[in-house]
Amino acid sequence: MVSSFMKIINILSRRNRILLRELVVTDFKLRYQGSVLGYLWSLLKPLMLFTILYLVFVRFLKFGAGEEHFAVSLLLGTVLWTFFTEATGQGMAAIVSRGDLIRKINFPKYIIVISGTISALINLTLNLVVVFVFILINGVDIKWSIFLFPLSILELYIFALALAFALAAVYVKYRDVSHIWEIFLQALFYATPIIYPLSLVVENAGPWIAKLLMLNPVAQIIQDARYSAISNKTLTTQGFIENPFLAAVPYGIVFLLIIFAIFYFKKNQKYFAENV
Amino acid sequence: MSSHEPSVIVKNLSKSFKLPHEQHTGLKQAIINIFNTNRGYEKQEVLKDISFEIKKGEFYGIVGRNGSGKSTLLKLLAGIYVPDTGLVHINGTLTPFIELGVGFNPELTGRENVFLNGALLGFSRSEMDQMYDNIVQFAELDKFMDQKLKNYSSGMQVRLAFSIAIRAKSDVLLIDEVLAVGDAAFQQKCYKTFLDLKKEGRTIVFITHDMTAVQRFCDKVLILDKGNILTITDPRDASSIYETMNSEPAKPVSKAQQPARRGNGVAIIEDVYINGASKDNGIIIKQGENLSIDFKIHTTSSRPLIVGLAFHDAFGVELAGPNSRGVFMTTESFVSYSVANLPFNLGEYTITAALVDAETEEEMDHVQNITKFSVVSNPRRKQERGKILIPGNWKVK
Repeated sequence: MVSSFMKIINILSRRNRILLRELVVTDFKLRYQGSVLGYLWSLLKPLMLFTILYLVFVRFLKFGAGEEHFAVSLLLGTVLWTFFTEATGQGMAAIVSRGDLIRKINFPKYIIVISGTISALINLTLNLVVVFVFILINGVDIKWSIFLFPLSILELYIFALALAFALAAVYVKYRDVSHIWEIFLQALFYATPIIYPLSLVVENAGPWIAKLLMLNPVAQIIQDARYSAISNKTLTTQGFIENPFLAAVPYGIVFLLIIFAIFYFKKNQKYFAENV
Repeated sequence: MSSHEPSVIVKNLSKSFKLPHEQHTGLKQAIINIFNTNRGYEKQEVLKDISFEIKKGEFYGIVGRNGSGKSTLLKLLAGIYVPDTGLVHINGTLTPFIELGVGFNPELTGRENVFLNGALLGFSRSEMDQMYDNIVQFAELDKFMDQKLKNYSSGMQVRLAFSIAIRAKSDVLLIDEVLAVGDAAFQQKCYKTFLDLKKEGRTIVFITHDMTAVQRFCDKVLILDKGNILTITDPRDASSIYETMNSEPAKPVSKAQQPARRGNGVAIIEDVYINGASKDNGIIIKQGENLSIDFKIHTTSSRPLIVGLAFHDAFGVELAGPNSRGVFMTTESFVSYSVANLPFNLGEYTITAALVDAETEEEMDHVQNITKFSVVSNPRRKQERGKILIPGNWKVK
């Protein structure tokens, strides 16, 4: 009990804090090295992706015609999804891409994975500023529920971090994982109500399929975030699935995954230096 | 601070790596492997059950030829690798650096790299700010700090890395081949720093091929040979042993290294075992221990045979050549030869074996370098110089 408590303290020990900070700063410096617009790209990329999705799905295909503030919803969804792909992708590659360090210095390996996800978190923060500017421009009525918004972000971060730990440990041994993950993300993107409103699924595929989609933690988080920041009419897992046990499934997935990921990562990290 | 207190304790340390026969960092191979019980691995034993202690304040050299396990040992000391069996215990803090300039990024400026490298040593920004001027001054790179590292020469990079590394305040420093780069003037500076560190009472573990540096700094030297400790001795002896080891490959015996075989084939030596081990393994005998050689012989001759042996040292000097008397053998026979307290000093020895017809003196089989073995130091014996161990006794009258 005491030793595990000490370990949690150790995560934030002085040396680890210094290291984490330097790794994040280095990542950030290097990312847009040699590009004229530099950091601006981390804002421009999701905005451009949003523009494409907006033109195709909202303007031409008329998705979300009856939805309140669907364009802003789409933007928020895009930004959160971009964070999810970035954090898991960078986290997964973190150990392998820092192989030179791991082979030569003994230091806590999880620092590297966390630093990979933190630079994605910084991007998310910048992007959310843009999202809130759009929310204000669109005349969204800000309610008390906005205070729940950070909780959704926290849950998303924990979920992404859990996946990053598990994927990073597997990726050291099996490089196929990056390709599998890419395809899995593509599938998950379409299975998550980002570009289409959930009401569309209810109409065309029935409420059961829609409920099934809402068991996915990413869908639950994005819908919750939209509910708290944009529109109280958004269908959330809690509001849409009556059975409270079923509605708790997404949280359960996040909880079990982070426990499993930490355990798995800890078990394997001893051999990273040999296998990487 | 007692100088007899051990700073590093290594006990029965073994490490092996699984080397896959084919590269398979893929799921496909992993799935195949589930069904395939015969995994394509080769176990390579890099360190075999080694034990030693380093005392506080010692400048401890580790030398050995390429592939002898030096770097693996250092990585085990640094905690980068986990031992298979045995333990490594460090009293006090340890600089985790194995190589200079770890984490240096070519796309960052010299200045940025100083702070990054410092963070890996555990220094915060403000601590680095205080040390920054000293680091730059020591590295003699004032004019280059805002240039990207990729524009530095390799000598400049090493100078910068060395300047940062010596700021580490740990009790034990691990240093791997640092003197390879840098001009003579900077090397002098490094030497001076080493002497300063030594005066401060820090324990330094130093891996090198440079025997001049060994003689100049080291208090004790451990010689590794194929994952075993050949000996732990003083720097002067270590240099001569190490140079002997290194002169082996230079010998003009590339042909003779191959087992050359001749004879009429009426009788042949099928297999050789030394102290029960087959010739494929690196056979190790501790100084002064017993040697026994077993031959498996296949013969179709009905006349008595003589088994002859020759022991050669690494320079090709024949040290001994014992022959058996003529004996009658059955088709499959085992013949053994044994020496109690083998009087050979440290080094590698090859054996040549022959089968001769006792009556006609015709050679039936003659195998050059049929097997070899190494004599390594024995902790229970005092080290001696020279090629052979004479079983003499001292008496004061």
